[in-house]
Amino acid sequence: MSTNLLEVKQLKVAYGGIHAVKGIDMHIKQGELVALIGANGAGKTTTLKTLAGMIKPTEGSIVYDGANMAQIPVYNYVERGLALVPEGRGIFSRLTVEENLLMGGYRSNDKVQIMADIERVYGLFPRLKERHKQLAGTLSGGEQQMVAIGRAMVSRPKLLLLDEPSMGLAPIIVQKIFEIIRMIASEGVTMLLVEQNAKLALQTCQRGYVMESGKITVADSAEALLSNERVQQAYLGE
Amino acid sequence: METFIQQIVNGLVMGSMYALIALGYTMVYGILSLINFAHGEVVMIGAMVTITCINLVSSIAPGLPGSLVFTAGLLMAIPITMVLGFSIERIAYRPLRKAPRLTPLITAIGVSITLQQVAMLIWGRSPRSFPAIFGEDAPHKLFNLDVSITNIQITIIVLAILLMAGLLIMVEKTKLGRAMRATSQNPEVAGLMGVNINTIISMTFVLGSALGAVAGALYAANYSRADAYIGFMIGLKAFTAAVLGGIGNLAGAVLGGIALGLIESVGAGYIGPLTNGFLGSHYQDIFAFAVLILVLVFRPSGLLGERVAERA
Ligand SMILES: Nc1ncnc2c1ncn2[C@@H]1O[C@H](COP(=O)(O)OP(=O)(O)O)[C@@H](O)[C@H]1O
Ligand SMILES: [Mg+2]
Repeated sequence: MSTNLLEVKQLKVAYGGIHAVKGIDMHIKQGELVALIGANGAGKTTTLKTLAGMIKPTEGSIVYDGANMAQIPVYNYVERGLALVPEGRGIFSRLTVEENLLMGGYRSNDKVQIMADIERVYGLFPRLKERHKQLAGTLSGGEQQMVAIGRAMVSRPKLLLLDEPSMGLAPIIVQKIFEIIRMIASEGVTMLLVEQNAKLALQTCQRGYVMESGKITVADSAEALLSNERVQQAYLGE
Repeated sequence: METFIQQIVNGLVMGSMYALIALGYTMVYGILSLINFAHGEVVMIGAMVTITCINLVSSIAPGLPGSLVFTAGLLMAIPITMVLGFSIERIAYRPLRKAPRLTPLITAIGVSITLQQVAMLIWGRSPRSFPAIFGEDAPHKLFNLDVSITNIQITIIVLAILLMAGLLIMVEKTKLGRAMRATSQNPEVAGLMGVNINTIISMTFVLGSALGAVAGALYAANYSRADAYIGFMIGLKAFTAAVLGGIGNLAGAVLGGIALGLIESVGAGYIGPLTNGFLGSHYQDIFAFAVLILVLVFRPSGLLGERVAERA
């Protein structure tokens, strides 16, 4: 019986007067792959940004790896092994590909390890190696997503939060990206995956949460969700 | 022809100082999108503190060579000015980080006025003369022509080039520089990568102030004096240089500074003949502001300015 790497209780997040997340409970066990699906505007991105420390919650608690994250500033999250691949990729467009990857290792002083990790990213995404001196903003959307994922890998996460990694990408690129996501997971990295493509997400993950206007309405195994009639109708287009 | 070359030399000297100061404006703008109008006053304080420190050094250790006294005075003035820049950000700008953009701008003007008043309290209203530590700075003849350049002017150009090259290399090649660039492009994500944004912002103010202190000291040395009022005009001109180069762009600030110095100097040299003596060379300030207006109207992004739209 493994322990929870992440435990979220009654989390509420608001932008001024707009309540985007209205009291959610969530947990992720060590090594688990969990999907978070829901319609546009449901509050998925807000949830991930809050888990990553970019937004402070108005109420509720986030316990990650035994620590209450509320008091910890965002720049100390990465060295605790928490990484987010943000929605829209969030690459540094006027930094080169390699500089973007180096930013993933910003809090490490082990240059040898950082370079080895970058080489590993290049091994997985040879296009990035070809373009390592190019400004990241000049890359295609798929390549930028590779940079964003590669950058997160260089930070050696224990918990990787992914926000719509397939957004705006051609199906063949989506396949490639998901191959890598599965590979990272197979190395023991715990993941919370937000996806518009709910079917792909549930096929990749073991469990899933369904979010609707700021609340978690269904929580179940991926298998059960895939065969849940309501989920099928709303998110799987069947 | 010799007049022209002389104007070029003078232009390079002024331009070097504008460039050093413009870097301070552009670095802060690059990270905070804030025009730190108090920067001119930081330069002024740098000049005044340098004069005080040089007097101090000369009185403690009389008989030292001028270059050594200058270096010692400058090395004392730089950290003091850095602390000033750091404090301005902490006290005046940081609490307004989330305020509408007009608020910190007005605050910047307030900080300017405050610094000017404080300078008057400390150093008085009349100019302080720059100590005559270099003896008689007789001009050298350049290329055997009737073109002259003083030791101080040579120092200004050389020191400015070294500092600007150092800054550009730091920003392009070091981890700190990379973090500064990342922060200016996407502060939220830089935070995710483990960058403490506040530290980077402080560093930006501290570095800009250090360059400003050097520029102020060189300015005072070049004109043999400084007073509490010099910050306004030199600040405005360096700001113009930053806009001309493309605000937010470091190489642009250097280019804009040099270009503005040259435009001003060459313009001042020929404004008399061009207007049949109606306007004399003391009208040189109109060039800077004509440039500012023209750039804002025809090319607001400046010479090396970034494209406004970024791809998603
Ligand atoms: N920066 C913001 N300021 C104000 N409201 C926001 C902001 N970001 C998101 N919202 C609102 O919060 C709700 C949840 O948005 P989001 O978390 O982006 O949803 P999702 O990722 O599921 O599409 C939406 O109603 C959205 O309009
Ligand atoms: Mg979203």
